[in-house]
Amino acid sequence: MDNSTLLAVRNLHTWYELRQRVFGRAGAVRAVDDVTFDLAAGEAIAVVGESGCGKSSLAKTILGLYRPTRGEIFFQGQPIHSANSQTLRWYHRQVGFVQQDPYGALPPFLNVRRILAEPLSIHGIRKAQREERIREVLEEVKLVPIADFITKFPHMLSGGQQQRVVIARAMLLRPQLIVADEPVSMLDASVRVEILELLRNLQSAHRLAIIYITHDLSAVRHFSERIFVMYGGQIVEKGQVADLLRHPLHPYTQALLRAIPDADAANAETDREVPPGEPPSLLHPPPGCRFHPRCPLVTPGLCDTQEPPEFEPEPLHLTLCWLYKDTTP
Amino acid sequence: MTALRAGLRQLRHYPSALIGMTVVLLLLLLSLLTVLTIPYSEAIRLWRGGEGVWDENPALARPTWFQLFSTRKLPQTIIVDTRQGGKTIADQPDGTRLVNASLRFEFHYDALPSEVGLWLSATYKEAQPFVMLYWRKPDGQEIAFEERTPRQTDRYFVSRDERLRERLQARSLEEALFGAGTRGDGALLRGTYELAVEGILFEPDADLEARLVVYGKIHGLAGTDAQRRDLGVALLWGTPIALTFGLLAAVGTTIFSLTISAVGTWCGGRLDAIIQRITEVNAMLPGLTLLVMIGMFYSRSLWVMLLALILLSMFSLGIKTYRAIFLSLKEAPYIEAARAYGAGSWRIVFRYMIPRVIPMLIPAFVTAIPGFVFLEASLSILGLGDPDIPTWGKLLFDAYTNEALFKGYYYWVLEPAALLMLTGMSFAMSGFALDRMFNPRLRTA
Amino acid sequence: MNDGLLQIEDLRLHYRTTQGVVQAVDGVTFALGPRQALAVLGESGCGKSSLARAILRLLPRNVETYDGCVRVHGLDVMPFDEERFRREVRWSKIAIVMQAAMNALNPVLRVVDQVLEPLLVHQGLQREAALARVRAVFQMVGVPLDFMGRYAFELSGGMRQRVVLAMALVLQPPLVLLDEPTSALDVLTQANIMNVLKRIKRETGTSFMLITHDIATSSELADRVAVMYAGQLVELSDAAHFFHEPLHPYAQKLMASVPRLREAKKLAYIPGRPPSLIDLPQGCRFAPRCLQRFARCEQDPPMMHAKDGRQVRCWLYE
Repeated sequence: MDNSTLLAVRNLHTWYELRQRVFGRAGAVRAVDDVTFDLAAGEAIAVVGESGCGKSSLAKTILGLYRPTRGEIFFQGQPIHSANSQTLRWYHRQVGFVQQDPYGALPPFLNVRRILAEPLSIHGIRKAQREERIREVLEEVKLVPIADFITKFPHMLSGGQQQRVVIARAMLLRPQLIVADEPVSMLDASVRVEILELLRNLQSAHRLAIIYITHDLSAVRHFSERIFVMYGGQIVEKGQVADLLRHPLHPYTQALLRAIPDADAANAETDREVPPGEPPSLLHPPPGCRFHPRCPLVTPGLCDTQEPPEFEPEPLHLTLCWLYKDTTP
Repeated sequence: MTALRAGLRQLRHYPSALIGMTVVLLLLLLSLLTVLTIPYSEAIRLWRGGEGVWDENPALARPTWFQLFSTRKLPQTIIVDTRQGGKTIADQPDGTRLVNASLRFEFHYDALPSEVGLWLSATYKEAQPFVMLYWRKPDGQEIAFEERTPRQTDRYFVSRDERLRERLQARSLEEALFGAGTRGDGALLRGTYELAVEGILFEPDADLEARLVVYGKIHGLAGTDAQRRDLGVALLWGTPIALTFGLLAAVGTTIFSLTISAVGTWCGGRLDAIIQRITEVNAMLPGLTLLVMIGMFYSRSLWVMLLALILLSMFSLGIKTYRAIFLSLKEAPYIEAARAYGAGSWRIVFRYMIPRVIPMLIPAFVTAIPGFVFLEASLSILGLGDPDIPTWGKLLFDAYTNEALFKGYYYWVLEPAALLMLTGMSFAMSGFALDRMFNPRLRTA
Repeated sequence: MNDGLLQIEDLRLHYRTTQGVVQAVDGVTFALGPRQALAVLGESGCGKSSLARAILRLLPRNVETYDGCVRVHGLDVMPFDEERFRREVRWSKIAIVMQAAMNALNPVLRVVDQVLEPLLVHQGLQREAALARVRAVFQMVGVPLDFMGRYAFELSGGMRQRVVLAMALVLQPPLVLLDEPTSALDVLTQANIMNVLKRIKRETGTSFMLITHDIATSSELADRVAVMYAGQLVELSDAAHFFHEPLHPYAQKLMASVPRLREAKKLAYIPGRPPSLIDLPQGCRFAPRCLQRFARCEQDPPMMHAKDGRQVRCWLYE
């Protein structure tokens, strides 16, 4: 962990305990199951995966909304996993949250000015400075002219504009990290690019680190440097964007990439290759490698009994797969 | 706020709402006027009666507008007073002074008056004056009343003088005094009547005043009750009382229910479970019975009842409804975002969750008001109303104990009932329209 | 090109709202033959969902205008009364899979009963005969037979979508409308469903009208493409030409804004917002946001014939 590391996550587990039933075992939903990574200041990473893979839970644990069951989170060296309320309060200023549903993320009964005033007043910014900061941040997200927008209510804005307000709110306290959970999946195709570019510009202007949670692999190349692929609560592959897309290592990543179409008329002629089965239950995950029931390259006896450790077959390109057991762990 | 304005614009589409709200506003206006013109203490004093406050009102008189329903001309109260003039005092040669007063009035009605009463007031040091009274009918007949020696105030209810009635052999004194013939069994005499007062004063400074009250059968806008009280006072004052009671009860109950539900749902766990259990037990408790018990054993004051009612209604089943709404709100993305930017629990509950729910509350709140108004009326009819404050329910109770319906004094029952109904209907109509406004699924447009 | 299955001429559907009349579908004309898949592309608010409802006459209460010509197998069904339309056209000739369809499954019925229902109602079959057909259609969409007795909540999202598809196919209609069938699903499930649709089109010759905003996914099925903007069709063309080179400026910008997985591409976006369907501008509806606009665009362009049998609503192709 060097001093350019903004966020360090070590062996993070977020398990949701199910309530005890009168007869029968209680179990735990293992939403995040042993995740470790570093994030440098100003770096954008994309966490990709399908629904139920745990990526939203990872995001919320990093945001401090859930307490990790096990493991550690360090932000600028400060331990967050065991933070007291004062440290958590400081931490909330450092991390901004952009959510998936732009309309749901905004209280419908407050106008833009009051929505943006909330985080400022919670953290003790005085009234005069609040107005100034609100204007600053609205200009940064290009909701101009400001006078037009500042008195509007969320339902009067378009999806793209609503999302800009959400981004503005996330930027208010000058955070160092933004966690964006599917920030554009509910917006129209032509608006998505605008918003993703806005985030990219903010990232370079303020040296922001961004964690994108998304299921849209096609867009990832444009907006992040590294990709993490999540499956069954674990990060099964990590790499630089170009490397990973050109040369995916993990069979799940390979299957994912094969299943995504690009707009091309020839697609209609052939069937697409899809791995059989369903994503694993987080309550009763399969033994050994989580993907083994659906993996075309499974090694019986190994993949179905032992969980693979992380291997690094190429520099900066890591994966949890027994196929690479002869490379350096 | 803009939702409110848009909503008010929508109200135009619902005529029932407009009617309802207009009536509500009128009731509020009436309450305001009443409170300003008859202060609270004054109202209590008036209603308590006694001390001659209502002496000049007829008892059990119908409202003046009842005349519209009757072909006969019903009498109104006539008061003749020596202080208005018509009195002579002459010195007598034996040192006494002779007072001669003629109390004259015109009687052109088609029905007998309800009662006749006479007030004599004498000023003297030691010796009371001696007074003789002669009643002269338009046909020239004269009836002599008993002689009297009045003190400072002498109240002579002519209509209740049994001896006089027996002497005249009349069925009732009003008949005797206003009918043809000595027994009054003839036709009603119209014309000029006179009560001649002849008094002998024994002291040089003594004086005598007389006031004759011929009680009518109709009085005022609302009529009177058995204690001669003008029902209008109670009807007028009943309005602000009813509205205040209903509003305060509705507000108190709603606010408390909402807060309890919000806090319980947000904190979850044991607190939530405790609140739910209390709510369920409270649903089983018989509310009205408990109020009756409190009224009987503890206090019948209106404000004590109000407090007890709020306490009993706080843990209403509304809490379960609100809880469902809050539970879904708890997971809303904007609540999650608030936690992410560091909002504390109080802020989230009171600034983000409760304001969201308030629009949904308004129709329920408005519709609940008449329920509480009726509850107060019910308690009063059961005899547990506040003894001092005039309310509509109290009027109904008085009517009941005085057997108003049996005796044909329908106005005594119909007037408070009409006001209760009007209040209930106007709030209900407004509430239903508001419900359609705030709950888009009920809309027809 | 055999266009005999469905012909839409100047279809209009306007809604009455408190803010004014929403001109959701404003003069749409196109035709579709058997064994063809038409993708209707557009963003939110362009009227594509209303188009599906207009074709199937699934109208809400506040309809202001509903006219035009809808020909099924050459016969104009617009004059049909509601009962005749229900019996002869809806579901037996044209079926629909709605948006978020998997949430529209009845939670208290087993899935087999839900798929049985159209057979019992429309064809009056007895339960036994109908069950054989249900089994066949479940197999066609890829739902294992032992799932038949389950309830909707016991199935995953992908399975539920297949059940809804089975419901639409059970009467063997020649045309199935699909309104955003995969937008709520994962990538792998999406690919699975598209495979199912491809297979059905190959094996049974059913025609599809796929309404979606996901351009990449639409290319999995489409033989022809129609692009909708502000209630009108702005481009109608075959898939091969369209995906390679769209003609209408809006379609071009739309394609440019969709990232490609397998190549690095400069992404573009369209500034501004689509016009309100209540307050439509005069002239070409895309002109305010079009970088290639010129004087002629102040007049509303008709659908014009361009090269290769394609149609575009744009003065650039006059």
